Amino acid sequence: MSKFKKKKSGDLPAISTASLPDIVFMLLFFFMVATVMRQNTLKVQNSLPAADQVEKLDKKDLVMYIYVGKPSSNYQSKYGTEARIQLNDKFADVDDIAAFIQAERASKREELVPFLTTSLKVDSDANMGIVTDIKQELRKVNALKINYTTRKGDALAGLKD
Amino acid sequence: MAKRSAPEVNAGSMADIAFLLLIFFLVTTTIETDSGLSRKLPPMEEQEEDVIIKEKNIFQINVNRNNELLLKTGGEEKLLNIKDLRAEAVKFLDNGGGTGEDACKRCKGNKNPKSSDNFQKAVVSLQSDRATKYDTYIAVQNEVIAAYNQLRNREFKRDFPGEDMSFVEAEKRYNDPRTSSSEKDKLKEKLEKIKLLIPQKFSEAEPKKSN
Repeated sequence: MSKFKKKKSGDLPAISTASLPDIVFMLLFFFMVATVMRQNTLKVQNSLPAADQVEKLDKKDLVMYIYVGKPSSNYQSKYGTEARIQLNDKFADVDDIAAFIQAERASKREELVPFLTTSLKVDSDANMGIVTDIKQELRKVNALKINYTTRKGDALAGLKD
Repeated sequence: MAKRSAPEVNAGSMADIAFLLLIFFLVTTTIETDSGLSRKLPPMEEQEEDVIIKEKNIFQINVNRNNELLLKTGGEEKLLNIKDLRAEAVKFLDNGGGTGEDACKRCKGNKNPKSSDNFQKAVVSLQSDRATKYDTYIAVQNEVIAAYNQLRNREFKRDFPGEDMSFVEAEKRYNDPRTSSSEKDKLKEKLEKIKLLIPQKFSEAEPKKSN
């Protein structure tokens, strides 16, 4: 007669999965809150260059985006492989920028117009020519605050020389 | 009829539904990368009067169509590797070669009389070709801003050692919406002082047509 009963071996108790939905919901809420839906569908290739002296661009409602890059592969047959400008959801010309800026300004409250910033999202393979043309257009309509949107990283690392 | 207890709803598939939603949001999420180099374009007008700047106060960077840099400053020209640009720019801005009323008390450079007089007089000029790659241009801009930030950090630490942060950190704190407005007012004054002391005089020539 032993004082200690041997525990029954075998049949492990099942792990309770009752709290699994709670954990998943927690993650779900995090991602729901952190998600920003893309405003525009990108029609151009857009891999931004890197820089490390960056400033954050907050107040998203006061930013106008201009995308520049080669058309993506399914548009290349129609628009070629030269870098193009995309405004909102359409390909555009340099001449359309003035109208685009005016339309953006008209859609904002008047007292906010001086704080509007233009964010230039330019593909790192693009040439300076098109960027300069855009800058000249922006100067013509007096939209002087610009931001060269970049990735955060070492600016010199990606350069091929 | 006797009271019947309601049958319990099976919650076993709740996890599956939650997973489905979770995966949807995981896939659609793009953590936005909206940060970059902020610049201000010069206005279109006021181009009639030409400002005369002494040649020694200009740090001229030319970027050609093959993404090579040519630096013209202090009466000499040389090809420059972009890795050396930051050090060269700091050397130029910090030179302090001025005498008399142009003397620079804060500059710690080697006071070369052929290079810039003081922080206020020094101008960085950038000229790029139409065929220059955009990433090279951004790298040059980045290095020039870095040179200014380096000097501003130094002077900020010198003037306000009690703050225990650099100029860049102070500016970040100033732009942070969580900072209280009383602290913002204090920071603004200090930031303005440093910005006046070391202004970013950056001029961009319109690019040449490449043939």
